[in-house]
Amino acid sequence: MSKHRHTEPPSDLVLRVKALESLLLEKGLVDAAALDILIDTYENKVGPRNGAKVVARAWADPAYKTRLLADATTAIAEFGFVGRQGEDMLVVENTPGIHNLTVCTLCSCYPWPVLGLPPVWYKAAPYRSRAVHDPRGVLREFGLELPEDVEIRVWDSTAELRYLVLPERPTGTESFSEDELASLVTRDAMIGVAKATAPDGTAGANT
Amino acid sequence: MNGAHDLGGMDGLGPIDYEVDEPVFHAEWERRVFALTVAMGFYGAWNIDMSRHARERTPAAEYLSSSYYEIWLSGLERLLDEDGLLTRAEIDARVTALRTEES
Repeated sequence: MSKHRHTEPPSDLVLRVKALESLLLEKGLVDAAALDILIDTYENKVGPRNGAKVVARAWADPAYKTRLLADATTAIAEFGFVGRQGEDMLVVENTPGIHNLTVCTLCSCYPWPVLGLPPVWYKAAPYRSRAVHDPRGVLREFGLELPEDVEIRVWDSTAELRYLVLPERPTGTESFSEDELASLVTRDAMIGVAKATAPDGTAGANT
Repeated sequence: MNGAHDLGGMDGLGPIDYEVDEPVFHAEWERRVFALTVAMGFYGAWNIDMSRHARERTPAAEYLSSSYYEIWLSGLERLLDEDGLLTRAEIDARVTALRTEES
């Protein structure tokens, strides 16, 4: 799929999208201002920094973590992170013995309110096909080598239910504020293809 | 319905192509397709399952060789056409008109 990633699309495609947009606007089926707001929202406002705040609070506040694991949708809404593709959320917790990994084998379901729009690799065939039957190999491809005795749980998202991984809190962060903790939480850690960043900046140093 | 979209467990699809510091969109047309699709979702003529099903009916060979937002475009055109909101013939005609304008 990489051939599509950076290449300029054929002008046929650009023209076709232009044609489609002009017709939908003329017919009054879409509103130009609404299109701009949608793009600005998902390009600039909603993204993995939202999810990082949720994870950091769960690390810092045991009562919040309990609420988050019991009813993720409601606990995440405490931050105001609600809306499309986050209507029903489940948070799955990593522990020393269990590592969770999320995928959408059928398409691209992903928790938009906490992670934004998914990266290309998440939506592309290699990850979708292999995450479910060779998760250990997939994680190795991301540079994450898990000990054999760690159980890997793979969660296949649906249009109704979306997952967020609660990574393990890195060691050496006992004195960290919530903001400092959030800075250690990456998009990839919340998908489950990485661990949270260690305080010294290295990935996966808490294994 | 199974089909080319039902990728779980399939082999031979190559290595994962990870992009460091990936932008949300890679081209302006992707922004437009994203916004048009979501906006038409709000319009309410179809629901999310119908949108997915429309993308999944992209012919298999085309599905596997298309980028993500190309599949969204294909699905959106299919829904608009089937609902009678905007036919493919209308889009084709507008493409021809735009091409004439630009040349």
